[in-house]
Amino acid sequence: MEKSVLRLFYQIVCLLWKNAEGRLFFVLNRVLKRIVISVPVLIGVVLAIFIMLRIVPGDPVTTMMGEHVNPAVIEKISREMGLDQPVIVQFFKYVFNALRGDFGTSYRLNRNVTQIILDAFPNTVRLSLMAAAVAWLIGIVAGVVAAVRQNKLLDRMFMGCALMGVSMPVFMTALILQYVFAFKLKWFPVSGYDSWKAMVLPAIALGWNSAGSIARMTRSNLVEIMQNDFIRTARAKGLMEKGVILKHALKNAMLPVVTMMALQFSSMLSGAVLTESVFGVPGIGRLAVNGIETRDMPLLQGTVVFTTILIIAGNLIADLLYNVLDPRIREGA
Amino acid sequence: MKEDKNQVVGSENMNGGQARGKNHEDLDFLAQMGESDSLADKLKILARQNKLAAFSAVILILIFLAAVFAPVVAPCDHLAQSLTDRLQDPSAAHLLGTDELGRDVLSRIIFGARISLTIGLVPTLISMAIGTVLGLCAGFYGGKTDFIIMRLADVMLAFPSLLLAMVVMYTMGGGLINIFIALSLVNWAGTARIVRAQTLSLKEKEFVEAAKSIGVKKWTIMFRHILPNCLPSLIVLFTLNIPSAILSEASLSFLGIGAQPPSASWGLMAVRGKKYLFSEPWLSIAPSAAIMIVVMAFNFLGDGLRDVLDPYLKEQ
Repeated sequence: MEKSVLRLFYQIVCLLWKNAEGRLFFVLNRVLKRIVISVPVLIGVVLAIFIMLRIVPGDPVTTMMGEHVNPAVIEKISREMGLDQPVIVQFFKYVFNALRGDFGTSYRLNRNVTQIILDAFPNTVRLSLMAAAVAWLIGIVAGVVAAVRQNKLLDRMFMGCALMGVSMPVFMTALILQYVFAFKLKWFPVSGYDSWKAMVLPAIALGWNSAGSIARMTRSNLVEIMQNDFIRTARAKGLMEKGVILKHALKNAMLPVVTMMALQFSSMLSGAVLTESVFGVPGIGRLAVNGIETRDMPLLQGTVVFTTILIIAGNLIADLLYNVLDPRIREGA
Repeated sequence: MKEDKNQVVGSENMNGGQARGKNHEDLDFLAQMGESDSLADKLKILARQNKLAAFSAVILILIFLAAVFAPVVAPCDHLAQSLTDRLQDPSAAHLLGTDELGRDVLSRIIFGARISLTIGLVPTLISMAIGTVLGLCAGFYGGKTDFIIMRLADVMLAFPSLLLAMVVMYTMGGGLINIFIALSLVNWAGTARIVRAQTLSLKEKEFVEAAKSIGVKKWTIMFRHILPNCLPSLIVLFTLNIPSAILSEASLSFLGIGAQPPSASWGLMAVRGKKYLFSEPWLSIAPSAAIMIVVMAFNFLGDGLRDVLDPYLKEQ
């Protein structure tokens, strides 16, 4: 008797351990695999940017100093900046320095690019966080309401707005917001970035597109989930419609939406260029545009590399989030 | 499809609420009929069932005609300046007013349609052709070819596409021709992925087996046997890639690194009108609205096409 209980206990422990081990191994395995895949992509991206920026016709130092400078001076500066070395040497130097957090020195501003980026980054992060909050809130609420009122007037209206949100150029949203809320109604300042009030309009402008696609995705997922048997069961056991939707349907419908939200957050960080340029927010996007306008290669290079790292990290997090949230994947089924 | 979540509406159902419900049964029935119905039949179904897509198609045809016959349709010359008439309000003579150099805004928008439609169609076509060939090769040959092409695609997809286009513009300088080249080079990766996935499944089909066994050449199999079967997805993808190319051009021009004055590019018009936003809002809003209408029409049409042509793409 005692023996059989012990054996049963032993079996249960074994089973649990095996499962736990399997699961842990599974998640770890995915994390490692994703990171391992990301590294060559990152190197490829840096190499691609590096090559693209170096096939620019004309010598960067001549461009910087002007045509009528003593060739000896130009040569000296080239040597100081390491531009006389072969491109492949320059590349490895760049990667090595970048790994230590040094993206080189800006031609025009004569400052460390890393420092310039770190100064601008908080503005972009604040803008993107607010935009993400706007997008998630509007997107999910509109999507759920539209799904509940499927094919009714409200659904049509919301989905029409969502499609407009997706199709509008970002600068159009920004300009309209600026005109209506800053100029006509005077609720918010026209531009600036120092107070939360000044950030409201840029955040809406940036989040509007994402709100549209999140709303559409939430709606279509929810509509699909609502046709499942377990929803019918929940209704049949007398659950209120609110409970059915919020407890049973939404939980299942949100899975892909959460992944999409993570992806969109990273694309907001990089896609804030237009919003920043309309509202005059000195963020990362402005740096890239400045880098192009003033032909400041290290600045542009640093900004693009930095943003791409963010995007790759964002994709990684989105993927992991999906793995952690979905019990089917989490348990390795 | 990981590219550009802001612009391309890839993975959601965007039927605009039309043609769901009862029409679904017809579609299921047609799906059962399988490959027997032709492209023309499917387009007829689309026109009958999805009024929104049909309407969008009509709008797009009208815009296309307006662009082709711009000198006839436009009320004024789009480059004719008249400083005495600058910054006029919309009136009977100038339906959308005049800009800071006294040029008729409506005429400029009509001429701008030429730029936007060309940017939408040509670079998209080129980049999709590159993507299709690479995707076919990757899927068909597999092994090392597949590995190299797909890692290249991963690298391309890791870039935010606007930033990548900006880098290319830095290298080559501004101007419309360079936008052409930039957008052609940048957007092939998404297509390559989808074509590769379809090639992988198609190459196991019996008809490819049969073609191989009678000794048909590899390239003939790829382009004669596999490619036509990818065509429905490619048409849908084409329609949905056009708006993102148009938006990219507008964004680049808006940032001042795309089309240069006096070009009538809609993005450029919007940014030049921005200075006068509070006194003459139509200067920047009108061209932006033109972009929105075209993009929206392509999105509607693409969604409609996806529903009838390619249920597979919707699953992704």
